[in-house]
Amino acid sequence: MHESHINIQFLTDKALWVRKETLNIHRIAQDTRLASSLSPVEIFVVLCYGKIICFDPKNPRWKDRDRFIISKGHGSVSLYPILADLGFFEKEELKKVCKEGSFLGGIPDTMIPGYETINGSLGHGLGVACGISIALKRKNKKEKVFVLLGDGELFEGAVWEAIMFAGEHKLDNLILIIDNNKICMLDYCKNIIDLEPLEEKFKPYKWRVERVNGHEVSQLYASLLNLKEDKGNRPKLLIADTIKGKGVPILETDPLSHVKNIKAEEIDRVIEELK
Amino acid sequence: MNTEKKTMRDVFIERIYTRMLDDDTIFFLSADFGSPKLDRLRKDYSDRFINVGIAEQNLINVATGLALEGFTVYAYAIAPFLTMRAYEQIRNNLSLLSRTHDINVNLIGVGAGLSYDVSGPTHHCIEDISIIRTLPNITIFSPSDWVLAEKFVDYSIENKRPKYLRFDSKPLPDIYGDKKTINLEKGFFELAEGNEICLVTTGYMVHTALSAVNTLAEDGVNIGLIDMFLLKPFNSDHLFEKLSKYKYIIAIEEAFIGKGGLDSIISDILSNKESNIKLKKMGFSDNYVFDIGSREHLHKLNNMDKEGIIKNIKDTLKKY
Repeated sequence: MHESHINIQFLTDKALWVRKETLNIHRIAQDTRLASSLSPVEIFVVLCYGKIICFDPKNPRWKDRDRFIISKGHGSVSLYPILADLGFFEKEELKKVCKEGSFLGGIPDTMIPGYETINGSLGHGLGVACGISIALKRKNKKEKVFVLLGDGELFEGAVWEAIMFAGEHKLDNLILIIDNNKICMLDYCKNIIDLEPLEEKFKPYKWRVERVNGHEVSQLYASLLNLKEDKGNRPKLLIADTIKGKGVPILETDPLSHVKNIKAEEIDRVIEELK
Repeated sequence: MNTEKKTMRDVFIERIYTRMLDDDTIFFLSADFGSPKLDRLRKDYSDRFINVGIAEQNLINVATGLALEGFTVYAYAIAPFLTMRAYEQIRNNLSLLSRTHDINVNLIGVGAGLSYDVSGPTHHCIEDISIIRTLPNITIFSPSDWVLAEKFVDYSIENKRPKYLRFDSKPLPDIYGDKKTINLEKGFFELAEGNEICLVTTGYMVHTALSAVNTLAEDGVNIGLIDMFLLKPFNSDHLFEKLSKYKYIIAIEEAFIGKGGLDSIISDILSNKESNIKLKKMGFSDNYVFDIGSREHLHKLNNMDKEGIIKNIKDTLKKY
């Protein structure tokens, strides 16, 4: 079992800490998209602390790093505390999110060490990752290209241009993770265009597909490690079933959680209630 | 002038083919768009040629990913689809991203202006200058002949930033074949010097304007003509120096009048310099061209054929 190589409790504790820090950021930066940033917390934790992704915080553009394209940029404020903790930038910066002069905005961009691409508009990341994937293969480099998409992002047509392309070109160094939190801005995805069964949408385009509970770090870790080490000549997809607003009950049950804020004076109570 | 007609794309692609021999960091991507000269390239460099399919958005996204890893990329498609279907990809992944990264993506749009005359308004490309020009960091190259197009290949490899190359689709005679030195970075070339009036134009319309200027010269009327082949960036001080000796400038382009195209570029220069030079604008009024017919026919309907240009010049001369 791969799990024996990694301390699952350590990752679980990290995830709890990341949720607290994300809420602390939201306390001072109410424009951050909280619910969307809480669903991929375990994904970020396993990738970054589980040593799935290779990186060098002191040299963010290290040529031998794995590339991590965060296509659902607005929902990745929870990565800020992780990047600071790992040493990509000073932890003090977390107190300045969305403040004048800070490089940490409500939606991340390439001014932030650790972010590879521009975010904010959905549906761009997978296509760019396809180009990076081809480039790495052309140079015979072993690094992988990880991409994080939200499930609502799958409504963007350009994503399907890239899904078809990646399968046809056998981009086997590409690992796509879908943060499947099932909610867009206005409603549940299934009430807009039902994407399920999601696996079946990818298989005809020659992808290997796995599906896990996106809040179970042991499942995430085992699956991501498997996909990273898979020698098959297909691009890989991990559907991570998650809960939008995970950890904050008032967000978890609200289909409009995307634009819902937790007031600064309520943050301490919400942090105390985190499971 | 050599009268041999060639398409800009074929000459450009042949030169890229030669550069790809020695430079294995060049990729050529197409959105299912071809050219006779492309057939050899995609056969001989099949490992660096990718047809992404009819998918302009993915064309630019894949090009961006390759460029982020240091490759020089050409992304080739029909001009209106390249610039308008995929506009946000150009904005976010080329214009924005080039603020922090070297992105050498060269968008080759074929079908500038009314190149695809009889294909109708979806294939006409008369908005591209104004919409691409508004994006920071993107160079716009709008050659009038294949000699310029060929020269631009080496420039495009050396200058690692996003560029939009707007090529005419028709085979055209050369204008610069007998000119030894052309400074690409200056951005323009003074093809004729005149007295009161100077025409400023770009791309295909340089040929029409040159013909009008030559006809008038036979009658002893000397009109200036400037070919703007680099619409961004270019040396505006040098350009104003040339323009400042005239009383009237006539901007001529296959674009909507006064909507951010070449005429707006000239207008901005004159305004910034607090100049009293009058500017007249020739192009399309605020309507798409649904008429069917040759390019010359469509130009005639819009008073921008050779006779239309000559009439405009004569009307202007009568004013003083």
